[in-house]
Amino acid sequence: MSLSVLLRHRFPSVRMDMAFEVPTPGVTVLFGPSGAGKSTIIAAGAGLLRPDECRIVVDGEVLADTSAGVWLPPERRRIGLVFQDARLFPHMSVTTNLRFGMRRAAPGPVRFDEVVELLGIGALLMRRPHTLSGGERQRVAIGRALLAQPHLLLMDEPLAALDAARKGEIMPYLTRLKTALKLPIIYVTHALDEVTQLADSLVLIEAGRVVGCGSLSEIVARADLPLAQRDDAGALLLCRVAEHDAARELSLLQGAGATFWVPLLDAPLGAERRLRIPAREVILASRAPESISVHNVVPGTVRRIAGQAARGSVLVEIALPDGALLSRVTSDAIVRLGLTPGKPVLALIKSTSIEVLGN
Amino acid sequence: MLARYRFFGRPVLNALVHLPLVLPPVVTGWLLLVTFGIRGPIGSLLYDWFGVRLVFTTAGASLACAVMTFPVMVRAVRLSLETADPGLEQAARTLGAGRLDRLFNVTLPLASPGILVGGIVAYATCLGEFGAVVTFAANIPGQTQTLPLAIYAALQVPGGEAKAAELSMVSLTLALIGLLLSEWIGKRLSVMLGR
Repeated sequence: MSLSVLLRHRFPSVRMDMAFEVPTPGVTVLFGPSGAGKSTIIAAGAGLLRPDECRIVVDGEVLADTSAGVWLPPERRRIGLVFQDARLFPHMSVTTNLRFGMRRAAPGPVRFDEVVELLGIGALLMRRPHTLSGGERQRVAIGRALLAQPHLLLMDEPLAALDAARKGEIMPYLTRLKTALKLPIIYVTHALDEVTQLADSLVLIEAGRVVGCGSLSEIVARADLPLAQRDDAGALLLCRVAEHDAARELSLLQGAGATFWVPLLDAPLGAERRLRIPAREVILASRAPESISVHNVVPGTVRRIAGQAARGSVLVEIALPDGALLSRVTSDAIVRLGLTPGKPVLALIKSTSIEVLGN
Repeated sequence: MLARYRFFGRPVLNALVHLPLVLPPVVTGWLLLVTFGIRGPIGSLLYDWFGVRLVFTTAGASLACAVMTFPVMVRAVRLSLETADPGLEQAARTLGAGRLDRLFNVTLPLASPGILVGGIVAYATCLGEFGAVVTFAANIPGQTQTLPLAIYAALQVPGGEAKAAELSMVSLTLALIGLLLSEWIGKRLSVMLGR
């Protein structure tokens, strides 16, 4: 099953020409600077904006195809849309808000109690929207969209208006939602932490064009894409907990065809975790060092070396059996180690510099 | 309609609706007399087909009042519709609400404070209508006599000052009640809407 989007539109100042296809279900994050065209895709997906040319197909269902004259109005599309500002109806209680879409939709698999439980909004049901905090409001808005039994959930920077604390409060609900519902989700953001925690697929958008599209781990490990230009560039690997060594206070995670030691985790064996390994924390070596504190010495092959003149450094892509790492080093180091694409190399990673994120 | 749609002739309709606000009331009354009089284009049809006569009747006085206060009402409704957040209507759309559904369940409830307040103010203005009524429906006690007409009539009669003062007090009280009521209802509804 897949979700495919094609959109061409000429705004007075920019031209948008974007197309991508991603597998479903799962969270597809549209990532890029503001004004790049992310929200245009959301608006077109919801049917609120009609582009010059547009084709959107979700799991075989055509929502829009301007070349064939198909354009479902928003009220008939069965998509859920979560806005940056929650847009709850101020004259209705939380319950009435939640049921607004539900009453107008054909019965579906999403149950009221389940959503209330999933989003932790049971205590808010009788309240009025203006008495809720920003985070609570956004959770209710998500519930309202889900209860309309959508085939596709669109989220337009749902956390952008919240401060860090509120964001932290709502994030666990989003990750729970993602695993509990088998629903394609398009999620727009320009915050990298939301990407690394939520995304399954990643679509990079800049100035009205798609510059990269693929699975999350594949895209973040590409040295030639805009993400690599960031200070916090780094690889992201999907791993499983393979072993706990309580005596050494370490846990072993397995993924991307390699293993990684991290400080002891509180998670059952087999649990899925995301590892983020920042490029600046990865040291390269041509021979295994002795007597060193680093726990992880991961063998790989140099795949690509991208110069970053602005930083006076280069970014090295290291292919693992099933994934890739990124390392930021000086060009002098490249020369000293004699690194060229195809050469074997060892990546040294401190166990404490690996960030372990929820599943 | 005036608030939401840009259509052909919108400025003309807009001007027409607001005309009674700027026109001297006597002129409005005269225009009504010309169009709704027994020989007027609409008045003659009404009289021939339904036997309805508007000139110099209670119904006529009502019509004159309605025409005079219509702009007040339109302005109030329009203002409150314009301040209603279109984002909420978009949200309702994505949740499956059609055009009428949205109007009755989202737009109108949100605009209700403005509409109600407008209605009350219009009602109070109506009670004080003078020029258009006297021209179109004349000053017939018990039928087309509005409060100011009665006050004016009382003042024309020697020794009518006491009656005029009495009626003025009634008028003052009604106006005050109207304004206070609109204020109070507006506040209550706004609190309910969480503003």
